[in-house]
Amino acid sequence: MSFNRKDLLGLEYLAKEEIQTIIETAKPFKNLFTRSIKKAPALVGKTVVNLFYEPSTRTRTSFEFAAKRLSADVVSIATATSSVVKGESLIDTGKTLEAMKADIIIIRHTLAGTPEILAKNLNASIINAGDGFHEHPTQGLLDLFTILDKKKKVEGLKILLVGDILHSRVAKSNIWALTKMGAKVRVSGPSTLIPKHISDLGVEVFYDLDKAIKDVDVVNILRIQMERQQENLFPSVHEYVELYQVTEERLATAKPDVLVMHPGPMNRGIEISSYVADSPNAVINEQVTNGIAVRMAVLYLLVAARNKQQGKKNGNIN
Amino acid sequence: MAILIKNIRVIDPASKTDKIKDIYIEGGKIVSKMSKEPETVIDGKNKIAVPGLIDVHSHLRDPGQEEKETIKTGTRSACKGGITTVFCMPNTKPVIDNAPSVEYILLKAQKEGKVNVLPIGCITKGSLGTELAEIGILKKAGIVAVSDDGSPVASSQIMRRALEYTKMFNLPVISHCEDKDLSRTGVMNEGKNSMKLGLRGIPAQSEEVMVSRDIMLAELTGGHLHIAHVSTEGSVELVRQAKKKGLRVTAETCPHYFTLTDDSLKTFSTNYKMNPPLRTEKDVQAIKKGLKDGTIDCICTDHAPHTLEEKSREFDIAPFGIIGFETLLSLVLNELVDKKVLTLSEAIAKMTVNPAKIFSLNGRGSLKPGSFADVAIIDTKYSYEYKKEDILSKSKNSPFIGRKFKGGSVMTIVGGKIVWTVKDGII
Repeated sequence: MSFNRKDLLGLEYLAKEEIQTIIETAKPFKNLFTRSIKKAPALVGKTVVNLFYEPSTRTRTSFEFAAKRLSADVVSIATATSSVVKGESLIDTGKTLEAMKADIIIIRHTLAGTPEILAKNLNASIINAGDGFHEHPTQGLLDLFTILDKKKKVEGLKILLVGDILHSRVAKSNIWALTKMGAKVRVSGPSTLIPKHISDLGVEVFYDLDKAIKDVDVVNILRIQMERQQENLFPSVHEYVELYQVTEERLATAKPDVLVMHPGPMNRGIEISSYVADSPNAVINEQVTNGIAVRMAVLYLLVAARNKQQGKKNGNIN
Repeated sequence: MAILIKNIRVIDPASKTDKIKDIYIEGGKIVSKMSKEPETVIDGKNKIAVPGLIDVHSHLRDPGQEEKETIKTGTRSACKGGITTVFCMPNTKPVIDNAPSVEYILLKAQKEGKVNVLPIGCITKGSLGTELAEIGILKKAGIVAVSDDGSPVASSQIMRRALEYTKMFNLPVISHCEDKDLSRTGVMNEGKNSMKLGLRGIPAQSEEVMVSRDIMLAELTGGHLHIAHVSTEGSVELVRQAKKKGLRVTAETCPHYFTLTDDSLKTFSTNYKMNPPLRTEKDVQAIKKGLKDGTIDCICTDHAPHTLEEKSREFDIAPFGIIGFETLLSLVLNELVDKKVLTLSEAIAKMTVNPAKIFSLNGRGSLKPGSFADVAIIDTKYSYEYKKEDILSKSKNSPFIGRKFKGGSVMTIVGGKIVWTVKDGII
């Protein structure tokens, strides 16, 4: 098991073994921080920066906790996206942070490809915390971790993603991870929100949620953005609820032990009914807990890879 | 100045010439025999002389965006690529919708230009798409075509009037075909790659819808429609059908559309961001076929310089466009001629006699005696790497940096004067 990357930009680029390494590394971290003393010294003296160009509470907090529990020094910077267009260039911001000796920069951005820009221009390790409609690799990993935790395996499981696939980086990262691990992935949503070429990624497309949800082992429900209605991608929230809300009745046709997942924040009563959100099948809060473990694993592995690289440069035996 | 080029293979598609002979240049023209001893004798052994290339689509950014390019730097870049005549698009700041602006370009080109610069005027005032520009006055001032390149005319009514009105001046209307309502905020070709990268797509149909509309309006009016930078299989087919019908429709494409696909965007490099966007392998093949069967008449650059600062921005924010003067000829040679898509003579025709005919450029695009002495000398054995530090354009936004070429221009003559050689650079 090895992980030798400078950056984590997306799950498309990772091999199955690398994904497994992250998951295996995350397991002991979960045990660690569910104890009363939640800290390990792995990242002592390391500097981690959360650079968030898009509002986010849970992902940012999750990364902050992950870094702190590994004893790193953490700073979080929230920047309004408007200043991206007018002000300092992203590369300059990144170089400034590097000049402050940041080892790891975690970036969340409204625009796809921004983590790549930093990765190409900086020596610091870059973690993509969600870029536009591209990828959200740690969300994909924590969803995978959660499924494995509950089901003990992923291969052969029927896993359904419901909602706005077109604009969802969560869906994209989930699809990359799950198909690599051998799951049978389905997507369901209005035809306007499912890209034409999605089946090239090895997933099955269902416009009819009633058919899609039948006998699935996992249903992962994506948040629907209200502004999509203004873009005429669906006629009304009312109709969306009618066609795509995961309800008690629909859930009843899935496997009895179906896992209900949601990356949050939820629109209760829109993409998910309160009954489903609060049902015993829901693992939505566990996803949040697991997120910290997975992010600790990613931080840990990237720092380990950096140390190894540094060791080589210094001619040390490592 | 009198120049004699000895024993050179002359390829002049206009006169269906392909043979080894001498070229005589005197008084800025090609002559059939010399009246005096030449001051310069050039040994043409193992070289090819072709009419200086005519690039019907470029952006010189002058006036108003001199940080990207000027007439001086743009024409230096052009002559290095064997190009002796460039058309410049009117989307400068301000736009070229009035006679003094045309005069400014012509004067500046005369003063500091290395090649012939022929301005294209706006179709509509301010390129706003609502009122026709004073096209007759622009024509008198010296424009060779009209176009609202980049801000395509959305109104079918205005486009109809433009095609109708330009007819009496024999001016082609160059149409950048894009239904902006359909392409919206797209930044790359819509397809598998845009889905993977999470970038908003520009469907092929946003081009094809407008190609269809404009062809129909050309049919309605009898005006001359020239389709800019064809990038899709569907557009090629539409133009092919229009030509079959005998409509006055001509078309151009650029080297990147027969060389690259949207697979190149994987690294989010903004040097692959242009409009229309890079499409798919199927489109590339269709464009090659369209070049072969004559559907596509011209190969041009759409030279679109942008500063390093602009192109270093996030993919969504960085401007569309790549530079192209210095790679046009080598890409045509390596991608079309060496790969047996076109013969050398067919390829050269698309950059010389065809544009000269379409845009009524008398005395250009040929090496017949009496023509302007605009000559590109090519060495098909000349191997080089296209390096950033060698680029003469003010901007360096090219996806071809680092590419190794075999074959390119080695000397450029404009109006009987040697303006550039591979050995001495700009003269």
